[in-house]
Amino acid sequence: MTAPAKIVLSDVHKSFGKKVVLDGADLSVAKGESVVIIGGSGTGKSVLLKSILGILRPEKGSITVDGEEVIGMRSKARDRMMLKFGMLFQGSALFDSLKVWQNVAFGLIQGRGMDRDQAHAIAIEKLAQVGLAESAGELFPAELSGGMQKRVALARAIATSPEIIFFDEPTTGLDPIMADVINDLIVECTKELGATTLSITHDMASARKIADRIAMLYKGRLIWVGAAKDIDHSGNEYVDQFIHGRAEGPIKMELRA
Amino acid sequence: MDFVAAIGRIFLAFLSHVGRLSAFAGTALSHIVRPPFYPRLTLRAMVEIGYYSLPVVGLTAVFTGMVLALQSYSGFSRFAAESAVATVVVLSITRELAPVLAGLMVAGRIGASMAAEIGTMRVTEQIDALTTLSTNPFKYLVAPRLLAGLLMVPCLVLVADIIGVFGGYIVGVYKLGFNPSSYLARTWEFLEPIDVISGLTKAAVFGFIISLMGCYHGYYSRGGAQGVGAATTNSVVSAAIMILIFNYVITALYFGK
Repeated sequence: MTAPAKIVLSDVHKSFGKKVVLDGADLSVAKGESVVIIGGSGTGKSVLLKSILGILRPEKGSITVDGEEVIGMRSKARDRMMLKFGMLFQGSALFDSLKVWQNVAFGLIQGRGMDRDQAHAIAIEKLAQVGLAESAGELFPAELSGGMQKRVALARAIATSPEIIFFDEPTTGLDPIMADVINDLIVECTKELGATTLSITHDMASARKIADRIAMLYKGRLIWVGAAKDIDHSGNEYVDQFIHGRAEGPIKMELRA
Repeated sequence: MDFVAAIGRIFLAFLSHVGRLSAFAGTALSHIVRPPFYPRLTLRAMVEIGYYSLPVVGLTAVFTGMVLALQSYSGFSRFAAESAVATVVVLSITRELAPVLAGLMVAGRIGASMAAEIGTMRVTEQIDALTTLSTNPFKYLVAPRLLAGLLMVPCLVLVADIIGVFGGYIVGVYKLGFNPSSYLARTWEFLEPIDVISGLTKAAVFGFIISLMGCYHGYYSRGGAQGVGAATTNSVVSAAIMILIFNYVITALYFGK
């Protein structure tokens, strides 16, 4: 029996002025599944995630989460919906003015109204889960290295034990060893939570490690979706060119915006 | 024909900005009166606007009062009206100079810092992170600042009124040789509540404008450091222009008969 769909995108279109970013994207993510969207820079991967989160509003199509339509959702309903989500941003997006533990506890205190002492204890526990000492909780994000910031961002994303977690380029800017550490943490943390995850990356090592299924986004459409183990024999020349990082092939780099 | 089209485009862009600003102000105002509230953030913004702006506003007020006393004495002595110096100082300060100069100084200090802070949060995806943590950015970032601007600039102007009059008194008594008690008597003699109230009304409106423009330009900033720089400049310039326009409108409403 297949798990019920947690997130469903149907014919999603999003443009910025004349630039078409999503051109009829279709995708279904089952409950507890880990799907990774791959694709070149500027192909609309982040736009896709932000459309699901309601940060951007597509012009056309449908996005449902647990069967509830997200596009055009009112502010209160959206705030309620957001309680299901956690997200790790590409640049970590930690709040500069708050200490590390306050960043991790933010969703618990502000989003769920938990008292500060209890939230502090959970934040320290989550920091330990991503390999950071309690003392790191008293630092400010600017005092941390890029890898440590990613760990804090991961701790923040999982702090509320969300049902759905989004990872936006989780390994960008990290050295290969730290990238692998982050990938391991992602797999470990999401398995423990039983969360549904949707990640975007152009790091194939990361995609292979964290994905159950991989989808390739090209020119606003998901041109190939399949099991992660099938990626090397997808039979799709676009996917082949991308995963092998070849300059020659059907994907032509647009040198002008 | 191109020229007409260009004018049309500029006009449409202007209307689009006005519409977006109005929608932003309306949304922010609605969030000021709807829970959840963030008293800690509001208090922090009040301290930032009210307390930390005191030195710059106080200095502006004291030197403005001093210059005003000197200038009016020098001018009025031409037609033997030196005795009006105290009255001119107090009316000019309370009705016009304290609210307008304090408004412009606070726009430079606070409006710019709000635009830079919120703009940086925008370009580093911290505002998107707020949304994913079930926290409405309007409630968390904009409403406390608007409320603080609305409440604290009148307090600053009240202090500026007192310091400005004191500056005039210092010059009047110690440089121009006025009798201290008669200077104070002349200060009170023609001062009416409407003079102070009109100044405080202006201050409240200016405070709102400063915070609104700082938050608005920061919230919609784009494109990294350059975008944040542009947002900062735009917030100060637009707040200054709006202060001057609304100064006339409020003056006309109070004294335009």
